Amino acid sequence: MNQFVLVDCTTVDGALSQLNDGSVVKAAGVDLLDRMKNGTTTPSRLVNIRNISALRGIHPSPQGVTIGALTTLAEISEHPLLTSQYTILSDACGSAATPHIRNMATLGGNLLQQLQCWYFRSEEYQCLRKGKDLCFAFAGLNQYHAIMDYGTCPSVAPSSSAVALLGLNASVELTSAKRGKRTVAIKDLYVHPDANPTKFNVLEPDELLTAVTIPRPAAGTRSAYQKYGEKQSNDWAIADAGVVLEMDGNVCRKAAIVMGAASPVVRHSPEAEAVLAGKPITEETARAAGKAAMQGGPLQTAMQGAQPLSMNAYKVQLFPVAIYRTILLAAGQMGRDPSAAG
Amino acid sequence: MSGSKLPIDQSDPLSANPQRSDVDHAAETKAGKGITRRGFLKGAGVAAAGTALLEGAQVFSREAVAATRGEHNGVKEYGPGPIAVTLHVNGKEQTVHIEPRTTLADALRVDMALTGTKVVCDRGACSACTVLLDNMPINSCMTLAMDAVGHRVTTIEGLAKNGEMHPMQAAFVKHDALQCGFCTPGMVMTCSALLGKNPKPTEEDVRYAIAGNLCRCGTYPKIFAAAQEVAGASTPESTRNA
Repeated sequence: MNQFVLVDCTTVDGALSQLNDGSVVKAAGVDLLDRMKNGTTTPSRLVNIRNISALRGIHPSPQGVTIGALTTLAEISEHPLLTSQYTILSDACGSAATPHIRNMATLGGNLLQQLQCWYFRSEEYQCLRKGKDLCFAFAGLNQYHAIMDYGTCPSVAPSSSAVALLGLNASVELTSAKRGKRTVAIKDLYVHPDANPTKFNVLEPDELLTAVTIPRPAAGTRSAYQKYGEKQSNDWAIADAGVVLEMDGNVCRKAAIVMGAASPVVRHSPEAEAVLAGKPITEETARAAGKAAMQGGPLQTAMQGAQPLSMNAYKVQLFPVAIYRTILLAAGQMGRDPSAAG
Repeated sequence: MSGSKLPIDQSDPLSANPQRSDVDHAAETKAGKGITRRGFLKGAGVAAAGTALLEGAQVFSREAVAATRGEHNGVKEYGPGPIAVTLHVNGKEQTVHIEPRTTLADALRVDMALTGTKVVCDRGACSACTVLLDNMPINSCMTLAMDAVGHRVTTIEGLAKNGEMHPMQAAFVKHDALQCGFCTPGMVMTCSALLGKNPKPTEEDVRYAIAGNLCRCGTYPKIFAAAQEVAGASTPESTRNA
């Protein structure tokens, strides 16, 4: 790890005043220290926001809930309001990484973690996302890469909490010293590599992600998230599903079906959602929704449906199962899958 | 990890430790004893620091220079060179001279000679480096030592009291819950933290708690038995005398 100046901040204003050229923000530092140890990020100044107590906490309101960016994944996964009314989020945060990492890692850090593609993470490979012109994954080892909507870079969206927050129609608060606060929906937070390969999200260099706001779910809403990894713990998803069902008895008024590890940017499946809208949740409709998700139309690219790479066709089988089981879990018709992570 | 490690690009775990150097950093301490960050800055600002602060006067002046660069809005700069940092470890305050890039694991192992904490993957993937920060298990390899300032750090060396093993350590011995022993300090720390939070864990609770602690020897059943015995449960038949 390279030497750096640590700029320790205890207020948001103080931190914002330090966001200069070449400074990198550190919260818990879980993702950042990993990249620094790999030698792929070598900042000369770290702006340490970990000790800004104003950025911690879960604040319910009549409109929903606001979560400070430094709230840990463990705090979110154990919070009674979130486990009961925002289950998809507590599930997602409770199944990320390991128990110890969840005690450290923050919601903001989870949302803004960089790609977990092993070529991107390696100092040895200068890829498209580092401003060069080559992706190594297409002809290389791509068993954990994208199957949908990937265009020039088949990395996958790494954040579990983003899957949940997209399903909940949440937004983030971005704060800058000069321009004040702005609100960005989770669906607009990430930048697809085809739009700009080296800009991963819409944050400007002088902005800090300060809070996440989630609107209160409609009456009758049930939700769940499940993640599948090569191991049950300690791994990013190879397939994951976030499901939010607005129920009227056993009939689903409206559904949100979200996938993270399918594509470079976390995405809804409008096709799966259409299968469930206005229908009862049954084994049959849940299976049909999972199947429809793999025939999804293009969102960010011209790519139609799932188009696996040389080593990841298994994902086209795994995602429909993850979606089907998570729909039934959300609806209360099936228990948590013992083979899922967490 | 499906995510980040390229199988053809395994880095040597022994070379993963960053370059170390001696350092020193005035730190804010919980109890207000010894050298505190705030106390030091006040002292330095007034000009002549008291004798208690003079250990490493060069370091202090370096910090004072850095601090004047951005000392407003609760902002203070440290490093990149060595600074004095006071950590509260196993009930005692100890000042070490470290660079801001020093991880808590390295500060403990290299600067405090508390080598019971192990570093294996150095990426938060194996939890061999587990220590407790305010009684909560964390990965010391993925925590900067400076981020432990103001918190109580407990390592495996801090579990025994008055020469008596912690009940969890004794249970690990009794159940032979180790083979090579490298994961053991982390396992013991995680299990003892679990009991602090949940005095009557089920085997499922123990499995969940140690989900990030990897044991390549496969001693998990013995670990479950040890943890459950300390929790007051009877020893599972399957692991007795195995």
